[in-house]
Amino acid sequence: MAKTASVGVRRQSRTANVFIYIILILGGIIMVGPLLWMVSTSLKDKMGVFQLPPQWIPNPVRWDAYRRLFKLSDMYTGFKNTIIVSLTVTIIGTMTSSLAAFSFAKLRLPFKNTIFLMLLIALMVPYPAVMIPQFMIFSQIGWVDTLKPLIVPGLFGNITMIFFLRQYLQSVPDSVIESAKIDGAGYMKIFISIIFPLIRPAVAAQFILWFMGAWNDYLAPLIYLNSPEKQTLQVVIANLSATYATQTDYPLIMAMSFIALLPVLIVFLIFQKQIIESVALSGTKG
Amino acid sequence: MDSTKVVKKKKSMFHHDSKLYRDEHRAAFLMIILPVLGFLIFSLVPLIYSVFASFTNWNGIGQMTFTGLTNFKLMLKDNYFWKTLYNTFFLMIGIPIGLILSFLLASALSRGLKGTTFFRVIYYIPVISSLAAIAIMWQWAYNGDYGLVNQVLALVGIKGPNWLQNVHTVKPAIIAMSVWKGLGYSMLLYLAAIQSVPKSYYEAADLDGANSFQKFKNITWPMCRPVTFFLIITNVIGGSQIFTEINIMTPTGGPEYSSATIVWYIWQKAFKNFQMGYASAMSLVLGILIFIITALQFYMNRKSDYQLS
Repeated sequence: MAKTASVGVRRQSRTANVFIYIILILGGIIMVGPLLWMVSTSLKDKMGVFQLPPQWIPNPVRWDAYRRLFKLSDMYTGFKNTIIVSLTVTIIGTMTSSLAAFSFAKLRLPFKNTIFLMLLIALMVPYPAVMIPQFMIFSQIGWVDTLKPLIVPGLFGNITMIFFLRQYLQSVPDSVIESAKIDGAGYMKIFISIIFPLIRPAVAAQFILWFMGAWNDYLAPLIYLNSPEKQTLQVVIANLSATYATQTDYPLIMAMSFIALLPVLIVFLIFQKQIIESVALSGTKG
Repeated sequence: MDSTKVVKKKKSMFHHDSKLYRDEHRAAFLMIILPVLGFLIFSLVPLIYSVFASFTNWNGIGQMTFTGLTNFKLMLKDNYFWKTLYNTFFLMIGIPIGLILSFLLASALSRGLKGTTFFRVIYYIPVISSLAAIAIMWQWAYNGDYGLVNQVLALVGIKGPNWLQNVHTVKPAIIAMSVWKGLGYSMLLYLAAIQSVPKSYYEAADLDGANSFQKFKNITWPMCRPVTFFLIITNVIGGSQIFTEINIMTPTGGPEYSSATIVWYIWQKAFKNFQMGYASAMSLVLGILIFIITALQFYMNRKSDYQLS
């Protein structure tokens, strides 16, 4: 009796599994389909785009769009500027943030928690509410149309990152730090030799998330940058796409969109395990 | 001289090793000083500045002239302000749709089938992709004659419209794109929440003879409530600031301004028309609105917590 019942349950769950797989695969196709189509379009010639019924796998494959893309000087400067901005901000900002997280989590300071709460309020302030005065401040000191307004605020640290690293550090026992103090280690030394190695996985995940955010930023560069040679990549592709859309040059437009998201896609595929775990953790703690 | 000595003595009576404390305080202070300064310079000062600018007529270059409540009165009569505010909230229809879909997908993935990791990665790719690139891609996909969407619809014999040029379809098109982009993130959080439900809860329910629907309704869904709450808050805050996809896909605000959002309008007023005072007033209203909505959600969440217990 028991045996047949369990076989029945198993069969039932097997049909359920098949059903679930079908749904997941359909969903997966909807998720990556448009992106594959973007790549496919970028490998066609200008006329091939308008062929009906459409070809999913271009025949013949044309690299023409990429060849023309690499001749566009705006793409190079866009890449260069985006790399400068996103790497400077995330590398220095991560150091600032992890030091602050260490201090907030483990060191004694009067009103420490009040100050921390105050910083958290800043998370509630939406960027559009401060973008106009920020712009005015930066324009008064002559920073408009330079990369500085995009870089400098980030150097002061990232409150989201401080929040998560502080959370992470709370699981580190105080005794670790106390014993180092007794040994006479300075606070910087404690941070470098004990704390940082402990929080490195969390720092890495937060660093990558921040890097992807900085790479994909669009509104701030749009506000601050005017001259073409100062634009970051996202603004460059938006401008170029508007220009080439009038010429219906879709292979070129898709090629540059794909190139613009490729670096972050590669970073994601390499570190997907850490990124996904860190994001999942942030949600359950948040 | 004497009095300082007394103070010093008093201090050292309270702190046995006050030098150690002072060293620690100094180190702690130096480590947090940059984020605190950043908060003051880039959040607090601009916020105060913004409140002040809201009551002025100001083009961003010349003098600010105090005009009292004029900007706010102007706002009440400005049809574009109300229209863009309405559009912004309308686009949030995507939030519940996305949450339901992602919860269902997470439930499906939580069964521990083979390939879970693979699907997690696949569904997460749109999340990490550059919004500008994605917006450009969807603009092409929504093309009336040769776009991907209409070609797929043609397979089942439907002739799709020119999505982004049509007053009735431009909002659904943007909603669909937003759901597509955000699905992986919500799904990931739901999956983590579902997997963190202790197995013993389900075993206890099994002993009581609960069926799968009852288990879902009384265990899984309530255990996911914190995640739902978190996602609603972050999505509403994010949704009220939607800009990039609007400015790229419909650079003029769409047919009859039907896809123009409030942040897009503020940006337009501030950086295209140089009505900085008026734009500041609108951004102040937006900031207050976001604050009220968030506070309301916190309040409602607390209330229902009490009901549960």
